[in-house]
Amino acid sequence: MTAFQYQVLAGPEGYLPPAAAMMGVELPDKGEALIEGQVVSDEEALHKIAEKLLGAENPFFFPGPLLLWAWRDGVEEKARAIKDLAETAGAKIIPMPDYRPKYPMINPDVEINPNHPNLTIWHNNIDACVFVGVHCHYANMALKIIRGGTDCYTIALCAEAGHEDAMISLRDAGLEKIKRLTTIVGDKKRQLAGREAICSR
Amino acid sequence: MQQVVSPEHLLFEARREQMFITGSEAVREAIKRANVDMAISYPITPQSESMHLVGDIYKEGYLREYFRGENEFAVMSAIAGAAMGGVRVFTATGGPGTLRAFEMFSTWAGARLPIVCAFMTRGVNSPLSIQPDTIEMAFMLDTGMIILHAENSQDLHDMLLKAYCVAEKTDVHIPVGVFADGFFVTHTREKVEVPPADLKLPPYNPYSAPVPAMDMENVPFRQMRDPFVMKSNYISYAAHASWQQEILAAAERSRKYLAKYLGGLVDVEYADAEVLVVASGTAVSVSREAIKLCAREGLRAGLVKVKSLRPFPAEEIKLVTRGAKAVIVPEFNRVGWLCREIKAVVEDNTKVVGGPRVFGGMTMPAGLIISEIRRCFA
Repeated sequence: MTAFQYQVLAGPEGYLPPAAAMMGVELPDKGEALIEGQVVSDEEALHKIAEKLLGAENPFFFPGPLLLWAWRDGVEEKARAIKDLAETAGAKIIPMPDYRPKYPMINPDVEINPNHPNLTIWHNNIDACVFVGVHCHYANMALKIIRGGTDCYTIALCAEAGHEDAMISLRDAGLEKIKRLTTIVGDKKRQLAGREAICSR
Repeated sequence: MQQVVSPEHLLFEARREQMFITGSEAVREAIKRANVDMAISYPITPQSESMHLVGDIYKEGYLREYFRGENEFAVMSAIAGAAMGGVRVFTATGGPGTLRAFEMFSTWAGARLPIVCAFMTRGVNSPLSIQPDTIEMAFMLDTGMIILHAENSQDLHDMLLKAYCVAEKTDVHIPVGVFADGFFVTHTREKVEVPPADLKLPPYNPYSAPVPAMDMENVPFRQMRDPFVMKSNYISYAAHASWQQEILAAAERSRKYLAKYLGGLVDVEYADAEVLVVASGTAVSVSREAIKLCAREGLRAGLVKVKSLRPFPAEEIKLVTRGAKAVIVPEFNRVGWLCREIKAVVEDNTKVVGGPRVFGGMTMPAGLIISEIRRCFA
């Protein structure tokens, strides 16, 4: 525990950034989310995610095994919803198909790995990314490494309790919440397009 | 036939029946209600009876699998394999058995395995002793496990059930060691209140685990066959460091669940007293008796019962000891590991009295603590 309020901000934070949980950042309760270490409402976080994705120059989604492997009912539907969300946000997709360390043989054009996620982020100049379908341990591990060595803004759409080490973290991110996020992203995108059209007249 | 009920119902709402049982039998009663898939045993005094009794309830159909391993290291390794495969497990050991299996406890935590293990503590050093001593807890504190210390058989029963509820939370998902002082708890018969035997915890859900149920030999999760620890470069070191940080973070996240299920990491009686006794395990019972006897002399001392040693209630102890002029830490071991922990968090640690300490199987007469309390008031 620390006397000051630790903020989970885009890095590079340094040689070995701490786990945010050790700095006093607590996971949110149901119906809440985290933005940069602060507990906020789900709705506020959804809007912030939309803004960050649409404001990024090169956003990417990193779907993990929980989304890529159809080992439970509902996974295929959720995977389609994530693809729809990424396309709506104009984001590209690089999968995290498994968790085996692959350094130095990883091909950062086609995959990301939780043990050295910075390689894929550096290689592709990714300035905002979304973790989804990654097992929580591996997501947290990767999120700290990204915060330590890159300036990438990290977002976690977690189906479980959420991630203190992401800059924005949703919890219980099921199909309904993902579709809601897609709607918000689509609405904001249209608003932005409308503003640009007015400015260009 | 048992009915699955919510942890809240089983632990807090179900009408309890009073039994007059030993600590070992309290283990049996807890595991009977814990919906455990697999238990693996290896005997060591004073733990042997507890896993023997778990074997009895396996025969009665309360567990799906039970066998005896070749030694403690084999048992803890096999338990790890079962937990990695996604089932709920239980085992128990103590003293030299704990040390024989020692490598596996950090492995359990590192692999995010929600194993629950009972440790019936005893002496470990030469000359050989089978008698009560909590020295092994000193070694266990930094394994990455959650460490709970039971005062009596009721605590042991309740903490074992609650341990599963905490250990299996997705954001925690690390092993819990429930420690009980050998003989003083394991072989002493006392009143224990237990929920109905036809109720049990919900089954473990490996799909919500923070790591996949692992087949270590095949993709996609062949972590152990490509360990980054084998590589000598910054990328690998950073991955390992971030992994270790996540284990610490997992224990930190357990605080809110321990608060919910244990009612806090500490219990405090007479918090405003000038002299506080801070203890864990059966030293709490002796301290309570000493405090009661001192009160008859007009010496009002308080008691802090430390229930969770990892995570450690640093803020709670710092706060409660702030106004005390002396803090007495009685222990059943020669090194005073709890005293070290207390000294590290108390603001003015010159007021911490390291003792009384007994070990090698000795009992702790309340008079030893009373003498310290009198001295602090003098």
